[in-house]
Amino acid sequence: MTRDEAFFQFLLRMGDNTLILGHRVSEWCGHAPVLEEDIALANTALDLIGQTQMWLGLAGEVQGEGKSADDLAFLRDAWDFRNVLLVEMPNGDFGRTLMRQFLFDAWHSIMLTRLRDSKDARVAAIAEKAGKEVTYHLERSGDTVIGLGDGTDESHARMQEALDYLWPYVGEMFEGDAVDAEMAEAGIAPDPSGLRADYDALVGRVLAKATLTIPDSRFAHKGGRNGRMHTEHLGHLLTQMQWLQRAYPGATW
Amino acid sequence: MTTTEHKPTTERIWHWLDGVPDPEIPVISVVDLGIVRDVAWAGDTLEVTVTPTYSGCPATSVIAMDIETALRDRGIGKVALKTQISPAWTTDWLSEKGRARLEEYGIAPPQPAGGPERCPRCGSAAVEKVSQFGSTPCKAHWRCTDCLEPFDYFKCI
Ligand SMILES: [Zn+2]
Repeated sequence: MTRDEAFFQFLLRMGDNTLILGHRVSEWCGHAPVLEEDIALANTALDLIGQTQMWLGLAGEVQGEGKSADDLAFLRDAWDFRNVLLVEMPNGDFGRTLMRQFLFDAWHSIMLTRLRDSKDARVAAIAEKAGKEVTYHLERSGDTVIGLGDGTDESHARMQEALDYLWPYVGEMFEGDAVDAEMAEAGIAPDPSGLRADYDALVGRVLAKATLTIPDSRFAHKGGRNGRMHTEHLGHLLTQMQWLQRAYPGATW
Repeated sequence: MTTTEHKPTTERIWHWLDGVPDPEIPVISVVDLGIVRDVAWAGDTLEVTVTPTYSGCPATSVIAMDIETALRDRGIGKVALKTQISPAWTTDWLSEKGRARLEEYGIAPPQPAGGPERCPRCGSAAVEKVSQFGSTPCKAHWRCTDCLEPFDYFKCI
């Protein structure tokens, strides 16, 4: 694997995380429990899709085959996606959606802060831009997790259930492989395992306030960020997201 | 527009751009918003450097089109729009004129403290947050507990 091949994989991981989560969150548009939450979710999705354009745009540049961000988003099949499994999990109820968002936002904010020091100026610039937006995402998802966790018996039970269900998908965000080693060596991105301590501290603080109990197992479902095995949910998501380009190849407007 | 003597000065161009309204908040211009970062001639091509507010803001492409149209209407044939994401846009770049117009329009201008200073309608300082997200990515949703009116707050970023 050359450095550019590793760099390309790293950029796909960043861009596919934001793309797939952005799409998932956009599924709430018009369905959220109250108008303010509907708007907040749509805004979050919009930020994530905007960040995707930057990450996948740069991925296309590094790959050097003349592919645009749109080409990468709409013309790859499930096995070529490099997002973590967490972000492709279905929305479930509003509580699960916000728990998934919080578990991702916490990682995302820590990762973007580290990436601001990337030796690649383009990566540092995207991280600086995206980091500002993600600060708002984290504030909101964290507050909502606290509000619902430390809420009624019903909301507390649902948030604990969401946490129990999603926790096994957290570990994958901190799994390193040859791509990460190459990126760390080049000073482009940190080794993901180095983010775990900050993550545990942040997530622990918020979940304690939310009166929720973190499962004590560190078992982790894996296979998304290296593309070895996505869940069946990704394929279903792609049939929706890529429908237009599949039905009308090359359509533009 | 190919000879140097017909090139308008960049000062004049900044002035023209100050007449291009933000598509979502038309009381302020794209210059007030602080998203036009540079205007420079490169030969007979006018290069305008623009930075997006939020990375997914759908107004970004409309703004680019409006800038291009405004400059073409002034007779500038060759316009190259460049996007720059670093340094990232900050509400510190909003002009004083822009801040005042926002407030007159009913949108509380950004404050370093992270919340509006006062209700843009009645001026009361008794305000509370409804949601961090509002009608566009750059705004949050607040409410005045005196006049009871909801209002938009231009988020500090
Ligand atoms: Zn008021």
